[in-house]
This record gives sequence, structure tokens and C-alpha cells, in this order.
Amino acid sequence: MAIFRASFICLLIVAMASVAQASTLENVKKDGFLKAGTHIENPGFSALDSNGKRVGFDVDFIRAVAAAVNVPEIKYTPLTSKERLPALQSGEIDLLSRTTTHTMSRDVKLGLDFTVTTLYDGQGMMVRKELGVTDAKDLDGATVCLQTGSTTELNISDYFRKHGMSFTPVVFDKQPDVRKAYDTGRCDVHTTDVSGLAAQRSLMEKPEEHIILSEVISKEPLGPVVRHGDNQWSDIVRWTIWLTMAAEEKGVNQANVEEMYAKSKDPEVQRMLGKTGSLWTDLGLDKGAPVRIIKTVGNYGEIFDRNLGPKTPLRMERGLNKQWNEGGLVYAPPFR
Amino acid sequence: MSEYTPSQNIPDRQPPATSVGIIGWVCKNLLCPWYNAVLTIVSCWAIWSAVAPFWEWAVTNASISLDPEVAKQHTGAAWGFIRDMWPVFMTGVYPAEERWRPLIALCIVVVLVSLSLVASYRRSRWLKILWFVSPIVVFALVYGGGITGLPVVGTHYWGGLMLTIMLSIVAMLAAFPISVLLALGRTSDMPIAKPFCVAYIELIRGVPLITLLFMASVVLPLFLPAGMELDKVLRALVGITMFFSAYLAENIRGGLQGISKGQYEAADALGMSYWKKTIVVILPQALRIVIPPMVNNFIGILKDTSLVGIVGLVDLLQIAFATTSNPKWFGRLEEAYVFIAFWYWILCYALSSYSQYLERKMPSASK
Repeated sequence: MAIFRASFICLLIVAMASVAQASTLENVKKDGFLKAGTHIENPGFSALDSNGKRVGFDVDFIRAVAAAVNVPEIKYTPLTSKERLPALQSGEIDLLSRTTTHTMSRDVKLGLDFTVTTLYDGQGMMVRKELGVTDAKDLDGATVCLQTGSTTELNISDYFRKHGMSFTPVVFDKQPDVRKAYDTGRCDVHTTDVSGLAAQRSLMEKPEEHIILSEVISKEPLGPVVRHGDNQWSDIVRWTIWLTMAAEEKGVNQANVEEMYAKSKDPEVQRMLGKTGSLWTDLGLDKGAPVRIIKTVGNYGEIFDRNLGPKTPLRMERGLNKQWNEGGLVYAPPFR
Repeated sequence: MSEYTPSQNIPDRQPPATSVGIIGWVCKNLLCPWYNAVLTIVSCWAIWSAVAPFWEWAVTNASISLDPEVAKQHTGAAWGFIRDMWPVFMTGVYPAEERWRPLIALCIVVVLVSLSLVASYRRSRWLKILWFVSPIVVFALVYGGGITGLPVVGTHYWGGLMLTIMLSIVAMLAAFPISVLLALGRTSDMPIAKPFCVAYIELIRGVPLITLLFMASVVLPLFLPAGMELDKVLRALVGITMFFSAYLAENIRGGLQGISKGQYEAADALGMSYWKKTIVVILPQALRIVIPPMVNNFIGILKDTSLVGIVGLVDLLQIAFATTSNPKWFGRLEEAYVFIAFWYWILCYALSSYSQYLERKMPSASK
């Protein structure tokens, strides 16, 4: 078994090394399309609208990168969570944007490179109001409905063990089944990522009878991933995302980006949007890239509001995902 | 005891009122004796308790408005979701402005099938040529590019019912000849071909389809040289075809063994070559016997194509999941399930009806 594994890893490394030789940017430009991996479906992150077009938070960052390198077409590969990392390693896709949690083992063992965290998520819990629970530490002996096969299960058992409490897990394969089971009273607690919890609540028979506990029991920094070894490509993805974040900080949005480009007196905005300096050409892109990116997807705040914000079915608050000067963790390095 | 004489004819009497007409039918089939009455009542209750809530959900409390806000005020199904999204169910992420192309392809196939159902056309050579050309035409139409002058729509855009039908038809057509060869190989006594066929069949049958699909889509690309890429749909297709050719081969082997030895010996006695014997005498009879299990397998292929979701293809089942996270119609899973179940049922029922028609038309050799 060990020999098999070793030879498999050897082949993997050979495959990866040969992939890394050609620059990803050159390949993408030559192909004329960006090969990106995303969810088959995940509300708010990647979904099909009524025209069969992909929309969502994860999808918008793929569109931003496609706009940065100026290719007209994106080839989406819908991936399962088991498939996503091999697909990136094998070169089947060049960018993975599929709510992938940045962890040390994934970063160092799998030949991957995590770019920027686009969403600081975490696992939360929902209970019925009538239970009278306000603190997660009162949940000793509770029955917990959750989805199998993800970190959700590990996180919740870690949490209960840490606080010396017991719980009975009731596991399901799909999120709608978890919801139905909780809604019909099979368990006391419904747990999943905070980004999904509000949406789950809105689908309950009586949404007002449930509360989401303030306790967040895990750290889930989610963001796009690229292959290890092509730093230029990794930088392009990073600075594309940081541009959307900086644009929000500077008040640049989808509607006013051309006006800001023409009129803004702020030297950082001028550098950021490629009017002055050579930041974007140094990166290997053209000078029009930043304006194109913002015109395509808007700034970080717009992307968030459009897909996850209070006006969407997900009804997510910005929370940790506020700008750094408003108490959040969204912090773009200076464009200098 | 009186002796029977012809003059003592007893006049025919009407059967008792309880065994004729509606009353008789009801009594015979539903109520008599008492335990049948109990069964009738219990079954009626069971059917009612299953159908009534469904009816309430699907019809009484349902809404068909395209506006999600209106749909929210109804407790039942929101069929507006299906009305809004049905083109996506049919073609997946295929570009909306190009959807007419799969539609025309479908029309071509439907017209060909209808023509073939007319007995007088079936023998015409034109129809055979049309059938032979149609896969190329359909592919050219849906994929585009080349001489068609249409924009290319790559296979990663294919999805929904279109992909399900394409995968199953191509898998059926490709698996059939392979399986015939495998079955012939396995029943032959050739020293290399026989063990190979046995090994192939037993190996593939011993592995779940999901494993084959995973191998084809996740492991295979790691071993390919960089830059070389096999199409994802093609990879899945190869996996499904390999899998079903093994199963079909076993069905056909059953047919080959079901023919009496006399047929083989008679053909040999007439001095026929192996291939002539096989094609003219054996296979026509063998295939006739195995129509029911073969159609059973075809129905299996059709439904098992839903496993390609595991390798990231968006077939009819996956499209149902994908559409339910549409922000506009968030969480409408039940409607989507009912809609795709309806489609699977139509396709499977059509297949099984056709096989019954074939069985009636072609009595097996033993009859």
C-alpha cells in the first residue's frame, strides 16, 4: 500500500512539474478562455439563474480574473468537494473558486497555493426560541442535525468535547434534508456555516421561531486557490481580488469607475486604476485591466451585497467581512 | 339418482344477481369474501393517504405564477419555478441564444423514430442512410464549428435532459456491438480471446460504476502528459460504455446459450463459416430471446447516467440541484424533483413499451 501511495505521489509530482513549466497566463491567453472550477450548486456562491448563466459570490471572482487577463470566455467545471483539488493539480482547471477552506495541510501537502481570503466564514448553530438557549454552552445533551462529509461534523464534535458536553449527531447527505429534519423537530440544533444558516432559517415553516446563536465555533477562511509554483498567476489572482477590496475602500464602484479613472485626484486611486504608474503592466497585464475588472463585477461590497447580503435569500451580515477601517478583516495591501 | 335423458333438458337460468353486472363485479373483485373487503378498504385508505396530500400540494394549493412573491403566499408547489426554468432543465448551461440547435437535433431524432415506426418505410434504404448520418448531423448541430459555420458550444456547456439523453443513447449504441463481441468471445474456445473476455467482464462487473467514473475523471488526467486533455463528457461516456458492455455481454451470452444445440449443428452441417453461422443463424435468434433483459439494461443505463454528477457533469439530476439555489427560486427542491422524476418516467416507460411491442411482434424461436 505504501509503495502504491509513493508511486502515485511521484506521478503526481511529475505531472505537476510538467504542468508548471508553461506559464498559466500565457496558456490562458493562448486558449482564449479561463478554465475555472466551482460548485455544481451552492446558494449564493454558485448557482444557475433563469437563463442558465452561472451567478454567485465564488463565480464573481472567477469573472473578475477573466476580466483581468481579458479573455472573453470562462470554461466552468462544476466540481464535487472530492474532485476539486485533483482537478487543480492535474491542470484541468487553472483557478478554483469553490468555498475552499484554507488549512495548513491543504496548503503544504497538496501542491496548492491559497490566494486571498474572500470570505471569513465560520460554523454557527441555530436553535428554536422556545428552547430558551442563548449560549451554545447550554446545549449539553442536545441532538444536532448536520451534513455529513465536511468539516462541520469534526468541528461540532471538537466543540462539544472541548466543553465537556455530550451530543447526539443526526447526519444527512444533503442540506435540504438537514433542514427538513430540524424543522420537523428531529433535533434541537441545526449547524452549518454562518453563510448558509440565515438562508436555511428563511426556508423554515416559521422562520421567526428560530434564533441563530452568536457563537461561531470554527474558522473558515474561504478563497480562490491556484496551483503551487506559478507565482505570476497567483499574483494576478491576488491583486485582482485586492483591487475589488481597495475599490470599496476608495469608493470606486461599477457605476463610477470610469469617472473615477478620469477625475480622481487621489494618487492611490490613480495608481490602482492604472492611470499612473506601471503596476498592472509589471504584473503582466495591460493598463485597462483594473477598470475592466471593476466594470465587470464591481467592488467587494457590491459583490457581497449582490450574492450574500441582506437583500438576497442568504441575508448575511458583513460581520468579519467589513473593511478593516470599519472593524472587519477585509484589508487590501497598498497599491504602490 | 335419475338417469339422464335428452328430453329432460333443464332450461338455462340467469346467474344470481350478486354475480353479474356492476354488483357482481364489485363483489367478485372487491368485497367477497370478507377478507377481500378488508383488503379493499385498507388499500383504498393507503392510496388515499398518499395521494391526497400530494394532490393538495401539487394542485389545490399550488401556484403557477412566474412571480416568486406570489408563489410564497401559496403553501403548495410553485410551478412558476418550472415554467421559468424549464429551458435550463432541458439544456443546462447551454447558451440561451443557441438553444434552438439542440431543439432541431431533437426534432430530427423524433422524426426519424416516427418514420421508423411506419412499417412500410422501415425497409427503405433511405431511412437506413438517414439513421447512419443522423448522429453526425446531431453532433455537428449541437457542437457547432467546422463546416456548419455555427459558433462552437463545447461539451462543458452541455447539460440537463439533453446530456442525459445523449449519454444514454451513445452508451447504448456503443455498448451493444462491444457486448456482442464479448459474448461471442466468452462462448468461443479461442485460447486468448476467451480469457480476455472473461477477465474483462468479470473485472468490470466486479466494480461499481461510480468507481469507474472516478477512475476515468479524477485519476486518468493525472497520468496524461501535460496539456493533453480528454473531454470530460467523453471520459464519462467511456466509463459508462465499458460498464454496460460487460452487463449486456452477459445478457447476450444467456441468449447464445438459450439456443438449442441443433441450430449450431445444423448450421455447421450446411457448411457455413463461423461468421456466417453467427450472423445469419445464431445472433438473430439469440438477440430475440434477450430483448427483455436487454431493455431492462437500457433502462438501467438511462437511470445510471445520473451518476455522472459525481464527476462534475451537470445531467438532469444535477441540474435539479443547481436550479434550486437560484436566488430567485431558492429552495424549491420538491418541484424540481417531481419534474425530473416525470421526465425519467416518460423515457423509461417509452423504452419499456417499445420492448413490449417488439416482443409481441417477434415471437421468440421457441414458440
